[in-house]
Amino acid sequence: MLGIMAALALAVALPFVVSGYRVFQFTMVLDYAIAVFGANILTGYNGQIALGNGAFYAIGAYTVAILMTHAGMPYWATIPIAAGTCFVAGFLFGLPALRLEGPYLALTTFALAVATPQLLKYHGIESWTGGVQGILFDKPDAPAGVPLNSDQFLYLFCLFVTVIMFVLGANLLRGRTGRAIIAIRDNPTAAAGMGIDTSLYKSLTFGVSALFTGVAGALGAIVTQFVSPDSFTLFLSISFIVGVVIGGVATVSGAFFGALFVEFVPNYADQISKAAPWAIYGALLIAFMYAMPTGVVGLLRLIVRRIDPQWAIRKDAGKQ
Amino acid sequence: MQAFLHQLLSGIATGGIYASLALALVMIHQATHHINFAQGELAMFATYIAWTLVQAGVPYWAAFVLTLVFAFALGVFLQNVVLRPVQNAPFFSVVIVFIGLLVIFNSLAGWIFTYTVKTFPSPFPIRAWYGSNYLSPHEVGMTAVTLVVLVLVFAFFRFTNLGLAMRGAAQNPAASRLVGISVGRMLALGAGLAGAIGAVAGIMAAPILYLEPNMMSGILLYGLAGAVLGGIDNPWGAALGGVMVGVLENLAGAYVVGTELKLSVALLVIIFVLLFKPSGLFGRSIVVRV
Repeated sequence: MLGIMAALALAVALPFVVSGYRVFQFTMVLDYAIAVFGANILTGYNGQIALGNGAFYAIGAYTVAILMTHAGMPYWATIPIAAGTCFVAGFLFGLPALRLEGPYLALTTFALAVATPQLLKYHGIESWTGGVQGILFDKPDAPAGVPLNSDQFLYLFCLFVTVIMFVLGANLLRGRTGRAIIAIRDNPTAAAGMGIDTSLYKSLTFGVSALFTGVAGALGAIVTQFVSPDSFTLFLSISFIVGVVIGGVATVSGAFFGALFVEFVPNYADQISKAAPWAIYGALLIAFMYAMPTGVVGLLRLIVRRIDPQWAIRKDAGKQ
Repeated sequence: MQAFLHQLLSGIATGGIYASLALALVMIHQATHHINFAQGELAMFATYIAWTLVQAGVPYWAAFVLTLVFAFALGVFLQNVVLRPVQNAPFFSVVIVFIGLLVIFNSLAGWIFTYTVKTFPSPFPIRAWYGSNYLSPHEVGMTAVTLVVLVLVFAFFRFTNLGLAMRGAAQNPAASRLVGISVGRMLALGAGLAGAIGAVAGIMAAPILYLEPNMMSGILLYGLAGAVLGGIDNPWGAALGGVMVGVLENLAGAYVVGTELKLSVALLVIIFVLLFKPSGLFGRSIVVRV
């Protein structure tokens, strides 16, 4: 608890100590953290491998862009709508995905990720989506009377949404529903035997994951004020799953470590080698998997356990 | 009717490419239960090697063979050096390693060979000698090459001791070890063969699609769709599935959705197959014992 408060205090202070572009980068970190958490709910906690969450990120982003430009809605009001739309989309995609296990689901969602830019470019919906060009819209300013520049304001707005999403998500996973979600991952037959409606829960988890990703997409669109089909490539979907695994599968705090990797490592790779930045990125990715196969949080836990073997036991005792 | 026949036949021809890639994917999947997402990029990289050789004046078929040897060696190298250390790591870590490889090879190809689109020679005559214009000579040749590869692979697995050992190592590693088969060596061999088969797909596809670093991403998707359609635990089913996806893609592109949404056809195929026949058309359905 103390750790969380300290981290939050640090996060609030951040936009006042770093420069404008860094504020934008950290805003994106928060945004990716929500998306990575969403992917982790599905992949880490429920055991359904999702490689296509970029599609839901795109749906969230486009919902915001279309509502703001066509319906003239204020930016904050579009987020709940984006969340609802993505929940429904995720739930519906989850229905056929129910019957799929391991690699099959990975394949289906992989295909979804590859097809997303093409679907967004489809000329039948061009009057809404702006086709290849996408949609450009205005940057929201801080409300009148608030002494913040728009970057700082957007950062704090994202932080606010991030806190809400993580509190909701962590509570969901801690409660009865969360236990059901995890039970389905660990032993579907036993879970069904305990009276859990596994197919309903799996589809719902798909919906919830899509909802989180959609909120992240909505925030991402507001922060960059631009959506276009080519921002939602396979690579975006892959980034989320990279974030999940780098941070730590089935951990809540891992999302932030994963998001830091997703946002900053491509930049550093670019600084190391202008010619082949993604080769550096890929090599780093593989190196990370060798060094910490259970992610950053997994490594941290291992270290804590080395230093203080009783830690995990005390932590569990404290919960009761 | 004539146009329809043309679309159908050229669908079979491109389907052959998907079939090769599907076969490569299934081989890896059978042995390791992983999907090699980097398979398409490896094929693309090998195709660049072939292009370099041909540019340097090596005769086409010599370049072809040399490239297959290179792709085989690359597959063995990656299996032994990159994938072996993570074979006991959590499932997701291995997925990430494959994705890392995908990104690395895509980027390396762009760096070494630049992103400019290159034309790739076809070894087949330009004029059709068979007096028909349903299929271009390259498409006919491509189909023939694919068929030869499939038959060779089939014969290898069916009639040689080594093929039998590889099947054994994939099906039951523990028992194979007991009868003296080196499972690690068989995995490396499988990865090498998959690399070579993928390279054939890349070389045959390049004259049609033109050579560029992202050439194979669409083909990988169609290959995956083919593997799922045919059943991912059945190599021949997967190859046939690849051909079917090729035909379906061509016909749907020509008559239903247009070229714009062709890739989405693959997505739809995957979803529909999995909805109605999750183990694929020719796959064994898995019964889990509780």
